[in-house]
Amino acid sequence: MRRYLLPATFGTLALVYPLLTAGSAVYQRLGALVLLAAIGASAWNLVGGYAGQVSVGHTVFFGAGAYAAIAGYTHFGLPPIAGAPIGALVAVLIAALIGVPTLRLSGHYFSMATIAVAELIRVLVTNWEWVGGAQGISGPAVPRTFLDLSFTSALPYYYLFLAVLGVILFLTWRIEESRMGFYLRAIKDSERAARSLGVAAGRYKLYAYMLSAGLTAVAGSLYAIMFGFIDPESGFGILISVKMLIMAALGGAGLLFGPLVGALILVPLEEISNSLLGGRGAGLTFVVYGAIIVVIARFLPSGLLALFPGRTRHKPLKPDPRHAA
Amino acid sequence: MSSILLQVIVSGLLIGAVYALFSSGLTLIWGMMNVINFAHGDFVMLAMYTAFIVWTVFGGGPLAAVPLAALVLATVGVMSYFLLVRHIMKGPMLAQILGTFGLALLLRYSAFWYFGANFKTLPDNILGPPFVLGDIRVDAPRLLAGTVGLVVTLLLHLILTRTSIGSRMLAVSEDAMAAQLMGIRPERMQAVAWALAAGSTGIAGALIATFFYTSPTVGETLAIIAFVTVAFGGFGSVPGALVAGLLIGVIEALSAYLIGPVYKDVIVYALFVLVLWTRPQGLMGKA
Repeated sequence: MRRYLLPATFGTLALVYPLLTAGSAVYQRLGALVLLAAIGASAWNLVGGYAGQVSVGHTVFFGAGAYAAIAGYTHFGLPPIAGAPIGALVAVLIAALIGVPTLRLSGHYFSMATIAVAELIRVLVTNWEWVGGAQGISGPAVPRTFLDLSFTSALPYYYLFLAVLGVILFLTWRIEESRMGFYLRAIKDSERAARSLGVAAGRYKLYAYMLSAGLTAVAGSLYAIMFGFIDPESGFGILISVKMLIMAALGGAGLLFGPLVGALILVPLEEISNSLLGGRGAGLTFVVYGAIIVVIARFLPSGLLALFPGRTRHKPLKPDPRHAA
Repeated sequence: MSSILLQVIVSGLLIGAVYALFSSGLTLIWGMMNVINFAHGDFVMLAMYTAFIVWTVFGGGPLAAVPLAALVLATVGVMSYFLLVRHIMKGPMLAQILGTFGLALLLRYSAFWYFGANFKTLPDNILGPPFVLGDIRVDAPRLLAGTVGLVVTLLLHLILTRTSIGSRMLAVSEDAMAAQLMGIRPERMQAVAWALAAGSTGIAGALIATFFYTSPTVGETLAIIAFVTVAFGGFGSVPGALVAGLLIGVIEALSAYLIGPVYKDVIVYALFVLVLWTRPQGLMGKA
């Protein structure tokens, strides 16, 4: 039971957090942004953390979800939330298409290929007038029905994001404890060794990639719903991928709560430095970001949660009955 | 061949020689240490701002800016090696990517913060009027950049293959432990490699600044060009980078002319992805 104590405490804390903020809009918004970032980073964690395939191109899936939400509204009058399943579907298809050739690449080559695909798609979207080109497109200015999920308060978003994050973390936890989780970690440690022991490495990497892509698209849709506007930079910019990667790595890539811990540190940092430094803050925020990343890579290559190794152990699985002769 | 097409190819070759030069730096580090410097494009960016400062503060042209940028960047390279790369080299791959990516963000947004987001350009006529040869007209800065790019790339190749320090670097890249037993200090050689790689990147950057806009994010585009060049030319190979750089310069110039300037990046990125997909290790040597 002890292993559920900490997650349960944090879960309760997350549920009552808005009450503790005493209705402060700033803190409610901050909470929502932390959860949103954690959703994206947790989605990335499935393939980047557990399977060790460091994608720097997840912005493609984020953008697919974000653009699906807004373009569905602009062209077909759909409520933006309909973009989540559509975007997820599109993202999974893209992931399958680019994943098959790209996942064969190892190490740095995989990361570079994902960057190139992402940049390629960003340039194409920037020149695609149907989705607003370089200007971007906006969602409903005034909510037509409740389904548009357009609220002035951040509170509904907070709980929406909390629910989605809960689902993603539960999914990740189930995978972590399942055979697939073991396969992914084996692939991360040594793909060759995993293959030689009969793990269908290519297939499991692809599954993880597609699942991760779909969930990242959901994060993109949620972003678009909350902000009501999307352009090539906020949908397909390279920094979106980089942020997912950094949050997961700061907390601990390949650990269930790693991305959430990373988001809990970096998002408030970003918001504070933005509000303190005003217009010029954007530049300085990323200077701080860069410095933090360099320090993590140098001194804490496995992330903050690696300081508590007790939390990272997994209980062994029973042998697969199919192999028990 | 129409003269416009010839003009396009010539300017492609000239820019290609500069691509070759700064890609040589990336391929050298990659080949020697199996580390990808994701901050490589931002090294070019730093050199471009160095050239810009040399012009605005001291009124100096490329003749002053090129050696100075080489010196500044060689220092930056050696510092990056000793403070960061040396430590993350043996760590997990995520830490390697993070480390150099963090460095990239640090450099890029320091420039953004200090210089602002606006594009900076050096005056067009910094080197005098364009050269005209028959139907072909070449701007002086591009001609200088292409020529120097070609010469320095060849020089780098000679240093790596014909000098004692080059042989020692090769020994370290093949087997650091064995090299150490032969009395070569691997760390010193790797630091020399960073100095050479970043220094030649500095030369390239100072040359590019004479005809290209300088902005904090210019390194993003240039880094991808360097990746493509290295992927084409072969992992660790300076002559490969030279051939590939020239090729990519021409492909880029031709697609800008034939299809449209907006799509030149698309063509280059698509080519890159295709090379990675179809010849994942083939064109590049070992993975």
